[in-house]
Amino acid sequence: MEEQAKKRKIKNDIILVAALLTVILIVGAFVLIFRKEGNMVKVTVDGQVFGTYSLNKNQTVEIKTEKGYNLLVIENGKAYVKEASCPDGICSSDKPISYTGESIICLPNKVVVSIENGDGTNNGNNGGIDIVS
Amino acid sequence: MRNNALKIKRITLLAMFTSLAIVLSYVEMLLMAQLQLVAPTVFLPAVKMGLPNIVIILILYRLGIKEASVVSLVRLILSTLLFGTITGFWYSLAGSVLSLLVMGILKKMDRFSSVGVSVAGAVMHNIGQMIVAVILLQTSEIVYYMIILAITGIIGGVFVGLCGALLHKRLEKMKM
Repeated sequence: MEEQAKKRKIKNDIILVAALLTVILIVGAFVLIFRKEGNMVKVTVDGQVFGTYSLNKNQTVEIKTEKGYNLLVIENGKAYVKEASCPDGICSSDKPISYTGESIICLPNKVVVSIENGDGTNNGNNGGIDIVS
Repeated sequence: MRNNALKIKRITLLAMFTSLAIVLSYVEMLLMAQLQLVAPTVFLPAVKMGLPNIVIILILYRLGIKEASVVSLVRLILSTLLFGTITGFWYSLAGSVLSLLVMGILKKMDRFSSVGVSVAGAVMHNIGQMIVAVILLQTSEIVYYMIILAITGIIGGVFVGLCGALLHKRLEKMKM
């Protein structure tokens, strides 16, 4: 009896893990299939919009607030954080981002750099090349 | 008298488990720092194996959910004071509360072994963290992060569950 209950539990475990992995893979596949190259970079600090910048123009943006300092670089349609004042520097080791919804997050400075597909007019030209994958 | 002795034994045991969990958090911190240097794309900063949770699972099965919750929260506070950050504290707190809740319920249901309970706990920990991230950062654009976190969480959960079950069995055999 005991042995049987144990076997059933292990079976349940496997079902649970398989179900969770399936859900993750489906969500992951959806995200990969429906991702689009963005054309805007939005920077928020502590939930407040700091500024939006065009991805099509090479530029560097200094994000200086009382929480700290991050240097955002936009280069060849990709954005990355080059320098950061936070002790761990995790955000500056992140890979460049270019797809809508991708983001680089600096937790200590509460900075979120994310890619959007908008018609923001703040900074730069939107008429540039629109890459559709 | 006898009641008192039992109480003292229990307090000592919980204190020992707590310190064990703190040591494991430290070991994990050192280990993850090394792994992050080797493969930064897989071992994201929030990716953890959850070594201290071996202790939590063990307590959950040996003593119960109340004791596991107490040790988990005390460990969280102490390890934050020793080598954590306050932002990290909120993330871990939300994750811990949520995962303890689910682990307690699943254990009571008695449908899963400790591996299943541990995996569910790990995934709930990630979900708790994500909720805090959405609240603190006011952004929902962390799906990419979440997918990697969930997968590593499941792997870590399986490992922790197996270790916890093994320890539980051995300690029972030793009549401890």
